[in-house]
Amino acid sequence: MMRASDTSRRGPLVAFMVKEVQHILRDRQTLTILILMPLLQVLLFGYALRTDIQDIRVAVVDPSPDYATLAFRNRLGATDRFRIVDVLPDASRLETLFRRNEADVGVELAPRFGTRLARGEPAGIQLIADASDPNGGTTMAAYVNAVIDDFAAQMGASRGAVHIALDTRMRFNPTLASVNLFVPGLIALVITLVSALMTAISLSREKERGTLESLLVSPLRPWQIIVGKVLPYLALGLTIVLLVLAAAWVVFRVPFRGSLALLLGEALLYTLVSLALGVLIAARTSSQRSAMLGALVGTMMPNALLSGMIFPIASMPAWLRLVTYIVPARWFIVIARGVMLEGVGVANLWVETAVLVLMTVVLLVAAVRSFDARLA
Amino acid sequence: MTQPPNDEPAIRVHELTRRFGSFTAVRAISFEVARGEVFGFLGANGAGKTTAIKMLTGLLLPTSGDARVAGFDVYRETESIRRHIGYMSQRFSLYEDLTVRENIEFYGGIYGLSDERIATRSTELIEGLGLREARNTLVASIPLGWKQKLAFSVAVIHDPAVVFLDEPTSGVDPITRRQFWEMIYTAAARGITVFVTTHYMDEAEYCDRVSIMVDGGIAALGTPSELKRQYGVGAIDDVFVRLARPAA
Repeated sequence: MMRASDTSRRGPLVAFMVKEVQHILRDRQTLTILILMPLLQVLLFGYALRTDIQDIRVAVVDPSPDYATLAFRNRLGATDRFRIVDVLPDASRLETLFRRNEADVGVELAPRFGTRLARGEPAGIQLIADASDPNGGTTMAAYVNAVIDDFAAQMGASRGAVHIALDTRMRFNPTLASVNLFVPGLIALVITLVSALMTAISLSREKERGTLESLLVSPLRPWQIIVGKVLPYLALGLTIVLLVLAAAWVVFRVPFRGSLALLLGEALLYTLVSLALGVLIAARTSSQRSAMLGALVGTMMPNALLSGMIFPIASMPAWLRLVTYIVPARWFIVIARGVMLEGVGVANLWVETAVLVLMTVVLLVAAVRSFDARLA
Repeated sequence: MTQPPNDEPAIRVHELTRRFGSFTAVRAISFEVARGEVFGFLGANGAGKTTAIKMLTGLLLPTSGDARVAGFDVYRETESIRRHIGYMSQRFSLYEDLTVRENIEFYGGIYGLSDERIATRSTELIEGLGLREARNTLVASIPLGWKQKLAFSVAVIHDPAVVFLDEPTSGVDPITRRQFWEMIYTAAARGITVFVTTHYMDEAEYCDRVSIMVDGGIAALGTPSELKRQYGVGAIDDVFVRLARPAA
């Protein structure tokens, strides 16, 4: 390539980054995994954790139809979750419908339902859900419960007037967390993977193969080596984050209520924390293998298990809750959920942001120091 | 050629010492290497060669003594030193997952060569090494001998004043080693000072002068024929054995 000016030069830092990009692009297998794995996780977790069940087939048992029961049935049928497949005069045929798999839920109204309701007497509704899939059954029951609450409120009756045979203990089960709550955690995990794990591996590879020696006796300064290593992975990480967000929105309509710029800014901050950790781990280990293990145990595991991504922090024992305070992902997930799902601004997230800034500063200083220790 | 600004020798070392705690790795060594000289730096493993090279390349600060490399001070001017030296380790320092051309461009780039200069130099290098067919081949799949020659060419891509070669021929067959030494002579003829460590004693005979380190100090220094005469032996290998095992 000829240039008009013979002084045009890339400079050491750019040359270094070009090399890093070449490394990344050359290793197609790793790159494919890095991009496809998070997308696959969105799909898998999205479908597996899916709790907003659609098209629930309802059989209504209505022994004494009147104005009130009709209103209730209309209300039930009007929501797009429910489809009334049958209205029966008594419960005897309900069993058959379940067995033939023609109904998912049976809603049995007490005899003289309308009359009792009008008189203010207890008007019973019994709910029979197909519990062969316990989670699904509970979820469907919860939906019916919501319709009944709604109906009761509309009828002006007190909630106590309606007796429902429901077991709603499962309502707070964390597995009922939907894909909406999962996507912010996944973003944290992707960033950890690309920045901490990949940076640690790539830096320790230079160490192991002896190329780091050549870099250190070259005019490249230590900070240039770190920045040159880190920037390409930063770009890769943020690209994958955007892909995950796009996939979550396109496939599951995961809402995005806040500012994308704010989320990306916070993601950048969290990426820096992870990158600093990766550099620190690579500087402290002597081989690729130990760097990889270090990154897995030191970043991936705590970020997945102690961040509230999978297990709610509120249900952890007190001492473990204290431990979560030093897990960077814990803070980032609060931020990501806040921005994405609640649309909150930076004013409400400054504590979390400040913690991440503090972590970044401490870890970056430690990383550059331990990298520079060779000069001691 | 990036030569030191004045008429200084390429390397000047005076009473250079490095201690690690109570252990003295390098004990008050002194020597000079003239410009364009091929200087052999011999010594058994653990004699202090690596520590000395680290100090001369600016990777390690000396405990005491003075040293100037390419006219620059090892305490205060390590950055200038790094710009004016080349370095090749026994592990060749090439990136196996990059092509021949990409490796050349990378090292040209980090030494701050202009794009145009990099283009000219890589063409020269590739033609000179007969690697035209293999220029877009990954370094991982070229033979060891070629990797070694490529590593050397890359180490001198920026025409350094001094090139440090740390056991550059380990694991390479004798014919390739000969060819490699021809490259070293060509570089020296261009005015590049060559500072080479080796544990092949036949290679020591190829050097203009050699020094032999024993227990952190320089036990012998001179041309190969001077040393052989001095110790009354027929090969440098015998000099080395005498010095390294005085009891024998």
